[in-house]
Amino acid sequence: MLLIGCPYCGERPEIEFTYGGQAHLARPAKPAELDDQAWTDFLYMRSNTKGVHAERWRHARGCGRFFNALRDTTTDHFLATYKTGEPRPTGGDP
Amino acid sequence: MSRQKFSALALFRRALSGHRGWQKQWRKPEPKASYDAVIVGGGGHGLGAAYYLAKEHGLTNIAVLEKGWIGGGNTGRNTTIIRSNYLFNESAALYDHSVKLWEDLSQVLNYNVMFSPRGVMMLAHTVHDIQVFKRHVHANRCNGVDNEWLEPEQAKQFCPPLNIEDNIRYPVLGAALQRRGGTARHDAIAWGYARAADALGVDIIENCEVTGIKRTSNGAVEALETTRGLIRSRKVGVSAAGSTSVVLALAGVRLPLESYPLQALVSEPIKPIFPCVVMSNTIHAYISQSDKGELVIGAGTDAYTSYTQRGALHINTHTLDAICELFPHFRRLRMMRNWGGIVDVTPDRSPIIAKTPVPGLYVNCGWGTGGFKATPGSAHVFAWTIARDEPHPINAPFTIERFRDGYLIDEAAAAAVAH
Repeated sequence: MLLIGCPYCGERPEIEFTYGGQAHLARPAKPAELDDQAWTDFLYMRSNTKGVHAERWRHARGCGRFFNALRDTTTDHFLATYKTGEPRPTGGDP
Repeated sequence: MSRQKFSALALFRRALSGHRGWQKQWRKPEPKASYDAVIVGGGGHGLGAAYYLAKEHGLTNIAVLEKGWIGGGNTGRNTTIIRSNYLFNESAALYDHSVKLWEDLSQVLNYNVMFSPRGVMMLAHTVHDIQVFKRHVHANRCNGVDNEWLEPEQAKQFCPPLNIEDNIRYPVLGAALQRRGGTARHDAIAWGYARAADALGVDIIENCEVTGIKRTSNGAVEALETTRGLIRSRKVGVSAAGSTSVVLALAGVRLPLESYPLQALVSEPIKPIFPCVVMSNTIHAYISQSDKGELVIGAGTDAYTSYTQRGALHINTHTLDAICELFPHFRRLRMMRNWGGIVDVTPDRSPIIAKTPVPGLYVNCGWGTGGFKATPGSAHVFAWTIARDEPHPINAPFTIERFRDGYLIDEAAAAAVAH
């Protein structure tokens, strides 16, 4: 089981968290102006990165808050966790 | 090239001479500079595609490139369940095509894949389950796929270890049974296809990772850069399961895939006690007994994307909780091994078997948590797609563009599987 560092509560076991998928995906401000391919990309295409991946987690059975993390998907090692709204720490693939 | 035929007589004769004189089942050739078609990924799906390309489409100058060893990925890591009781017409056609190929595959390949149609029983625990499964039964029958509804007593008759008392958290309220479903030997499907493809001249090249895809000035596939040198081919079929995103990214193709660990485990071997396959989507348990006697148990996917081929223990214990309630006999069994495989999951939980935007590049992926059952059917229609540069009618709906065009085949919502 992973130990995940919630930026608000500190390290807690994985079962307290839910996974929220790839981070830093902003919903397009004007979806009606997107063509089908751009909307498909937003809805369905994910980086599925092999390497350092920026992703959302929620401390669902703790403080309840969302935050972001950098995790290496080849080792499941967490490089950093940071609060929602903060820029992605440097390191790894975009 | 001639191959020793496997038969009871051949086994008897070799036994008398101490089992010396068996041929190697496939060669270990050096890669050639150029092929008519190359399959990337030496699992069951990829080896099968090479076999059908050679057998049915006359392409024999083919290579299968495998990063590790053949059958070492999800082909060797799954729980070997075979069934075709999917809700939608497109899925029923695809998976039933596969079940029909499984039925005589041992004879066709002259290799015992140990296909055992012992019945797959899916348990209902809630009123919603009952409604959904009865809907599946009716939809399947309309598509010519066998599936029948069992009351709890009938389910216990079919699988005597099943606990149908009301002393568990989610009592068994009934079950849907597909009698033609069952299990097969996971390694044998890779080895059987490898041996048969090799006999038709297919080169199986292990320890050969694709590191680049070279394209002509008009964008078509020209060659593959690999850890064993440059290999030219104008047709490339990618059948790389959890690594498909990584391979296709080499050609700039994005796919709606995410790769998750899916775990499984086996118990210590015991005498035959479990006559069928039992699945419970609601409380999450998949169980059957292998011919060696181990109980083969399928756990769920981990929550997060990963390429590590391992997961967390709480995923396994969650499934074991359900198994111990359904089958109280097994409470004192010890588990021997657990492992993970990396499964490529699409948003609608249906596969993609299709041409890509890159001419000459084809992809067979997105099998998610249930690709083993589909191995022969998937390989068969993928070979067709590669050979003719157009999909077989069965895989025509399973495009990449269905996500853009809104033609999802939403087996996720249909809840054929729980994860």
